[in-house]
Amino acid sequence: MRKSNLPEKKSYWGMILKEFLTNRSAVFFLCVMTALVLFVFLQPYLPGQRSPVMIYNDPATGIQFRNRTPDAEFWLGTNSIGQDLWARTWAGARTSLLIGFVTAGIEILLGTAAGLIWGYWKRFDLVFTEIHNLFSNVPRTLVLILLSYIRKPGAGTIILALSLTGWLGTARLVRNMVVILRDREYNIASRVLGSSAARIMVRNLLPYLTGICAMRAAFAIPAAIGNEVFVTYIGIGLPADMPSLGNLIQAGRLVMSEPALRYQLLLPVGIVSLITVSMYVIGNAFADASDPRRSV
Amino acid sequence: MVAVVSIVLLLLRAMPVEGYFNDFDKVSQTQIDVKLTQLGLKDPAPVQIVRYFGRLVKGDLGVSSRYRAGYPITRILAAKAPVSIRLGCAALLISLLLGFALGIRMARSSQTKHALFDRLGILFVVAVQTVPAAVYHILIQLYGTEIFGFPMLFDRRNWTSWILPVFSLSLGNISFYAIWLRRYMRDESNKDYVRLARAKGLPENRVWRGHILRNAVVPLVQYIPEAVLTTVMGALYVESLYSVPGMGGLLVQAIRIQDNTLVQALVVLFTMISMAGMLLGDLLLAFVDPRIAFESRRGGRR
Repeated sequence: MRKSNLPEKKSYWGMILKEFLTNRSAVFFLCVMTALVLFVFLQPYLPGQRSPVMIYNDPATGIQFRNRTPDAEFWLGTNSIGQDLWARTWAGARTSLLIGFVTAGIEILLGTAAGLIWGYWKRFDLVFTEIHNLFSNVPRTLVLILLSYIRKPGAGTIILALSLTGWLGTARLVRNMVVILRDREYNIASRVLGSSAARIMVRNLLPYLTGICAMRAAFAIPAAIGNEVFVTYIGIGLPADMPSLGNLIQAGRLVMSEPALRYQLLLPVGIVSLITVSMYVIGNAFADASDPRRSV
Repeated sequence: MVAVVSIVLLLLRAMPVEGYFNDFDKVSQTQIDVKLTQLGLKDPAPVQIVRYFGRLVKGDLGVSSRYRAGYPITRILAAKAPVSIRLGCAALLISLLLGFALGIRMARSSQTKHALFDRLGILFVVAVQTVPAAVYHILIQLYGTEIFGFPMLFDRRNWTSWILPVFSLSLGNISFYAIWLRRYMRDESNKDYVRLARAKGLPENRVWRGHILRNAVVPLVQYIPEAVLTTVMGALYVESLYSVPGMGGLLVQAIRIQDNTLVQALVVLFTMISMAGMLLGDLLLAFVDPRIAFESRRGGRR
């Protein structure tokens, strides 16, 4: 096995890309996600968009547009206090996606760093194992509830609570992988040739870890979005004036018994499901593709 | 366990002060100080934690401060716990049965030519695993009540009102068991002893049931504590969604009305339940699989 001490970094990533592209459904969902993310973040800058938090009044009567059904004026109608649902839906998706991305990012960075230290130096093994055993037994939902209860509700709290527990799982997977690879011949050779620990970690071990990282990230994003929906339901999630998919679902739940207004629930539900299913398929495909054992 | 509960208690000291009072807006600063001192909340944290454990051992969880002011929490829980326990056990049992049935069918179907049932099953599992639980619980409630006419709210005496909450709670675990059982059964089905059994001319049904299933079940035991955990945490949401008068719904309610002592008692309780579940699972696995020993063996590389 030739490995990455030779300058072949580009071709390695090229191989991942090639593997990935052979998976049709993953490519399809990647396109869907890219389009969705692009649209969600560009939408406020398109012409003719309304503010997601503005309450619209009927100019004739001066009363709010309550639960107006979709028409040319309000493309997706209005909610119970007269806010434009088209704008709210995309603003909500934006908030939820941001929470998801930030959480996944923190989880991967922290988890990989901790996992590398945990696995690479034997003297840290016991400490980290104890920490892991202690905290992995506390259910994530409880941590989330606890932190949301004692801290100010908001995106920061949710991100903190989720990454506080999420990095443990990543760290353990990374650690297991590092322990397996640490004393392989190519690493011993590398060490004998005088590579520093940092270099071995980054050049020799990290390529093997991309699969794990991609998989964890792909699962962390839907988990973050789902948990946001959950804490918002309890009433300790995001404040009601901040549109998020959780808030939209909660608002839609309250009017779901009226068939004409049910789309207010089904729409955010559909978007949440689209995001989570896409991330799952993409993550799995990427994990398969980036397995370096295939690239030999 | 003591360490984790201590950390939880330490975190809970940061709860908003309003939560200890029924009439926070009306009392003066001095009254607040007096009450907090009375409750012992001004003492240093270690003292408070030791005191809490002392009471916990005696089975005293304190009194509720808002939900039913001054009423002992143990008595509130005593009324609520049986419903939760029954609901949870029903969900666990159903998920075990349906999950196994689905997993076996999927594993067997995957050996046939089109593997139609297997593909459908995988589609179902992926759907359940990816769509957030918070979302599909709502959809089940919405369409379950509409299409099948089940009652929307829980009523202990009406058995049809049990169906939807139990089903919601078990759905996650059904897919969980099914996918892992399928995986293990497929792994087993290529092993030599299975080939031998087939070569001996055993009927296919007996090979699957007697040989493959038995061996595939062993590693599944390790997922039982996780399933318990999923059910307990799922109960928080489902119970409150269907207005089940249980402990999960109670926590949601206690958070909404900011009853600090009740939240504290419930969080500590749920933490202990889930940790006990984990421990039990480890013991169960050791019991089922004789290869696991608790004494460390020599010779491992550290």
